[in-house]
Amino acid sequence: MKYKSQKVAYWFFASAILLLSLQIIYGFIMGFAHMGYDGLHSITPFNTARAVHTNLLVVWLLLGFMGAAYYIIPEEAQQELVNVKLAYVQLISFLVVGVIAIVGYHLNYWEGRKFLEIPRPLDWLVVVNVLLFLGLILATLYKGKKKTTTALVLAMGLLFAALLYLPGMIWFDNQTLDSFFRWWVVHLWVEGVWELIMGGILAFLLIKLTGVDREVIEKWLYVIIGLTFLSGILGTGHHYYYIGVGKIWLIVGGIFSMLEPLAFLAMALFAVGMYRKGEKKHPNKLALYWTLGTAIISFVGAGLLGMAHTLPQVNLYTHGTLVTAMHGHLAFWGAYGMIVFSFITFALPNLTGRKLYDTVNGQLAYWLSNIGMAGMTLAFGVAGVAQVYLERKLGLEFGAVQKEIEVHFFVLILMATMFSTGITLFIIEFFRFGKPNDEAIGFEENLKKA
Amino acid sequence: MLSKSQARAFFLGGTFVTFAIFLGMSWNSLVNEVPKQTNPQNLTEQVVHGKELWEENNCMGCHSIFGEGAYYAPELTKVVERRGEAYIKAVLMAKTPWMPRGRKMVAYGFSDQDASDMVEFFKWAGEADLNGFPPKPDVKR
Repeated sequence: MKYKSQKVAYWFFASAILLLSLQIIYGFIMGFAHMGYDGLHSITPFNTARAVHTNLLVVWLLLGFMGAAYYIIPEEAQQELVNVKLAYVQLISFLVVGVIAIVGYHLNYWEGRKFLEIPRPLDWLVVVNVLLFLGLILATLYKGKKKTTTALVLAMGLLFAALLYLPGMIWFDNQTLDSFFRWWVVHLWVEGVWELIMGGILAFLLIKLTGVDREVIEKWLYVIIGLTFLSGILGTGHHYYYIGVGKIWLIVGGIFSMLEPLAFLAMALFAVGMYRKGEKKHPNKLALYWTLGTAIISFVGAGLLGMAHTLPQVNLYTHGTLVTAMHGHLAFWGAYGMIVFSFITFALPNLTGRKLYDTVNGQLAYWLSNIGMAGMTLAFGVAGVAQVYLERKLGLEFGAVQKEIEVHFFVLILMATMFSTGITLFIIEFFRFGKPNDEAIGFEENLKKA
Repeated sequence: MLSKSQARAFFLGGTFVTFAIFLGMSWNSLVNEVPKQTNPQNLTEQVVHGKELWEENNCMGCHSIFGEGAYYAPELTKVVERRGEAYIKAVLMAKTPWMPRGRKMVAYGFSDQDASDMVEFFKWAGEADLNGFPPKPDVKR
């Protein structure tokens, strides 16, 4: 790291991985419930576990993005963060809101709208918090010596993510309208502006890890985010097929969401291309693994598996089944979980000044978590396809079908155990690095000279 | 070969054009399609209260409606047609967990009025034109 204030990123990363471990615990509760073992029903019924699982996902990913931004923006803008104390205040208040929300979910205090379960009074606290975060990032960028494309794309992604949170806060009497605007938040986040954030972080990592010229990388960054918006904005239509709006969305949503994998394909080709072009041998090989991994797995999970059930004639049958869970898990992991992991792996040695590169635990963490998640995706996929045929095509009763597919949740839990082992190793490695310190300032530059 | 400024123009132009089309189509949906397909005139106080109950209890955390929600419990868009009012009210008013095939539902112990409002909400949902969702199983066609 170059600037003292970048250290704050460490605490965002530490919070993020701890919340991820909590998310996994709730995932297991749901997996067992699907198998018929719902012993925790009286304290954590399925809907509580589900809300906690998905909300923790969003919260830890956002913490990861924010941490990455607090690291990247000072370095790109060549300027200390304008106010470090406020950044800590922002982190703590964000965590407090998160904890209140999660406790609330156990006490039936929520707003039952998928992914946006945080009750509206707490939504306002989220808004204030995010405004504080954006204020710090944008002020630093404004005061800085340089405004690079990478920094601007990242800041733009974060700004739009904040703006798009607002349509989700409006009350509608009509379920169709409620759903319509809920997707403005959820879809335009994950298949829109979050890809900008991912692209910005990816570009920064590739510049650092491969040594390829910034101009070349940033040119491709524009192409990728161009493809993202070109396909993703009208791709929102795939959520509008069957909620009570017109059939025109079947055509427009179908065509544009078939194009959505292009952005991820471009990202994968771009990352691999830059890696091959780069002559620099960066010692942090694991960071490179994660970076290439995120580009490739996001193409498979978000791109290909999304495309597999996005056409309206397929989606008519798969909509609202476990097929969605199959796509959801690999997409979130590949695109967003892994980019956060890439960044943490890259940043840790620079923040702490310790050269724990390429360790056995680090390697195992990478392979176990990825193979585990691939296996989980497969288990969800088999369960989902069986559900579609038995329930939607043959007309068997919901509960009867669930009994038939219980066995796939056994496989899911086995693979999830492998995934969790990988994550545990990652966390152990994280804490082995120790805390960030001022002696690490200039660590990366010294590395270059050496 | 593409230059950086051309790439930027592609990004800005593509985003602007597709976003403009998206806003136009959304406007059309709100003004023309939603009134035609979702019978807003039938959104009575009871239906709206039913939707409030639906959200306050996070029913979507297990069930789905219009295919949206979780996959732990049945899709409820056509539940009135499938199960009838009496069954739904019995489930909602039960004081001990309803356990179809061993899978537990939270015992909500709704009042008769709240259970009726919920049924009204499901009736409204069941009458919406969802472009053919949920599909009729092949063997029942």
